[in-house]
Amino acid sequence: MQAKQYIGESWKHGILIIGAILVLLPFYMMVSMSLKSQQEIQSISGGLIGAQEVQTFPVCVKTGYSEETCTTKPYIYNYWFAFEKAPIPRYLMNGVIVTLSIFIIQVLVALPCAYALAKLRFYGREFVFSMVLFCLLIPVHGIALPLYVMLAQAGLVDTYSALILPWTISVFGIFLMRQFFMTVPDELIDAARMDGMGEYSIVWKVMLPTAIPALLAFAIFSVVAHWNDYFWPRMVITGNRDLFTPPLGIREFRGGIDSDEFGPMMASIVTVTVPLIVAFIIAQKRFIEGITLTGMK
Amino acid sequence: MGTISLKNISKSFGSTQVLKDLNVDIIEGEFLTLVGPSGCGKSTLLRIIAGLEQQTSGDVLIDNKNVNRIRASERDLAMVFQSYALYPHLTVRRNLETPLRLRDYSTFERLPLIGNLSPNKKQKTESINQLVSKTSETLKISELLDRKPGQLSGGQRQRVALGRAMVREPVAFLMDEPLSNLDAALRVHMRSELSELHNSLKTTFVYVTHDQAEALTMSSRMAVMIDGNLLQLDTPQEVYDNPSSLSVAQFVGSPKINIFKGSSDSNGTVSLLNLTLKRKSSESNLELNIGIRPEHLEITNQSDENTFSATVSYRENLGSDIFFHVNTEDGMNRIIVRGIPQLTHEISSGSKVNIRRVSNKALLFNKEGKRVQFNNA
Repeated sequence: MQAKQYIGESWKHGILIIGAILVLLPFYMMVSMSLKSQQEIQSISGGLIGAQEVQTFPVCVKTGYSEETCTTKPYIYNYWFAFEKAPIPRYLMNGVIVTLSIFIIQVLVALPCAYALAKLRFYGREFVFSMVLFCLLIPVHGIALPLYVMLAQAGLVDTYSALILPWTISVFGIFLMRQFFMTVPDELIDAARMDGMGEYSIVWKVMLPTAIPALLAFAIFSVVAHWNDYFWPRMVITGNRDLFTPPLGIREFRGGIDSDEFGPMMASIVTVTVPLIVAFIIAQKRFIEGITLTGMK
Repeated sequence: MGTISLKNISKSFGSTQVLKDLNVDIIEGEFLTLVGPSGCGKSTLLRIIAGLEQQTSGDVLIDNKNVNRIRASERDLAMVFQSYALYPHLTVRRNLETPLRLRDYSTFERLPLIGNLSPNKKQKTESINQLVSKTSETLKISELLDRKPGQLSGGQRQRVALGRAMVREPVAFLMDEPLSNLDAALRVHMRSELSELHNSLKTTFVYVTHDQAEALTMSSRMAVMIDGNLLQLDTPQEVYDNPSSLSVAQFVGSPKINIFKGSSDSNGTVSLLNLTLKRKSSESNLELNIGIRPEHLEITNQSDENTFSATVSYRENLGSDIFFHVNTEDGMNRIIVRGIPQLTHEISSGSKVNIRRVSNKALLFNKEGKRVQFNNA
């Protein structure tokens, strides 16, 4: 009986392990390639970290560095050259500025909206909410061109505003927070009103603190989406390298006179991905809480 | 300070009218209970007094001042909710402070950090701290001040909710079924505590409940509401002894009052089952509902013109009392009789008993449920 149970369990785990490997394999490749030399990458040899032989890297020399600087172990070279070739800290900072601005403004807009849709009675509320749901169905790419034209008319192409403004109203955020606010008892809001709070105070002092788990879930959705977004920055940032977000920065390693050197490229990708992974691990527990809480699972 | 008058209050949600032209005058310092079955509009009425809901028509006057256009927070009322509605993210101390901070601090003083620059803030903070510690001592929650609501038991949360209402020293307290989330023993205990609190504060209490026992035990006056109408407003004893209508009589009292079908003849003599009443009805030739409370019927061995016989169908032993559910011989009435345990312990279900009514206790109602008086009673 017990043995049978174990077999049943191991089946499930076997399938899950296969799934996990499929998902993790690209990450393994990424980390591995960021440590190895170009020859090892191209000949698919050297396992995870390669032989780490000290060697001179031709692309480096071609770029104009002295041969001495270009002679080192592959993993040092990959990461050093990634940072040399592109201003990665600048890209990371841009990423932080853009994603945080988007998230903060999204919250500033979504919370009062969600509160009104969930808790205030007004004529046309159901209609407004159905419009919110309708907007969820509109794919970003479908409206990208008109958006771009509008931004261009306003002279905002190649600015932070172009990266941030189109995303400040998140219908998904409004929807998610509204679902959460529906579960907050009306009496809590009435109590706050009796205590003398205005509607805005209620949103920021009562609803916001109770909504932290849901907000965290939304933060992950929002930050991941905009940190990783390649499509939109590619459209509105046309020339100014100072405004590049991390995904745009990675593109710098493709093509050009340097041919395709994968080591530094992967190193830069690791650098760009790690902050998100760390953030997710820290917020993981709350994140899952938030998703279950809002019934979005 | 502390009178509340409701004048011709009506409230409709869409096409359904939940309050129908209510007039209530709440006297200063009284404990008024709004009681009625669920859905009778009592909570809506309380929310209208609080200002959380706007009446469709009519006026609310607090201390003779019309407050129709005044916001909930400026009516100087405090409310205790059924679910307590404490701020879950704040400590008990902050929960108690919140209404005071919102009332006493100016907008500038409420700002973080720079608010502290205001010269008056320190003094205000001190008075707030004093009020909080005074209230928490009264309610015996001083040792809970640094906990969060989630770490408190139901009874403790109840006290904190009371405390949050008390700190402001409002004109009146509004309570919306505050005891219904507590277990039975604690509820009975809190009843007496609330009464004591009312005696010591001497503030007006308006208390909503569906539990007629709470209304009977605590209130100085109770208002019985059914289907959006105010049926009777009087002291609990008067409502119990002298209900204005059949529905009030049936709602108040546990177990329920027994209703017999009967009639009055041309002289006004009232007859039910095989009995006739000594007192004469003021209205003759009428079909009547005759109400007799379980404690006004007794089980007896004798059989005479004041008794009728019945069969016990169920025996409900409460320790101090035994209630017998009996069927009368004609099978028309299933009634409840109170028996004293010492005298009735050998009676089991299925046995035949004689039941005597205590005279001068019957209540007459006409077919529509209106009270019918006895002649010169």
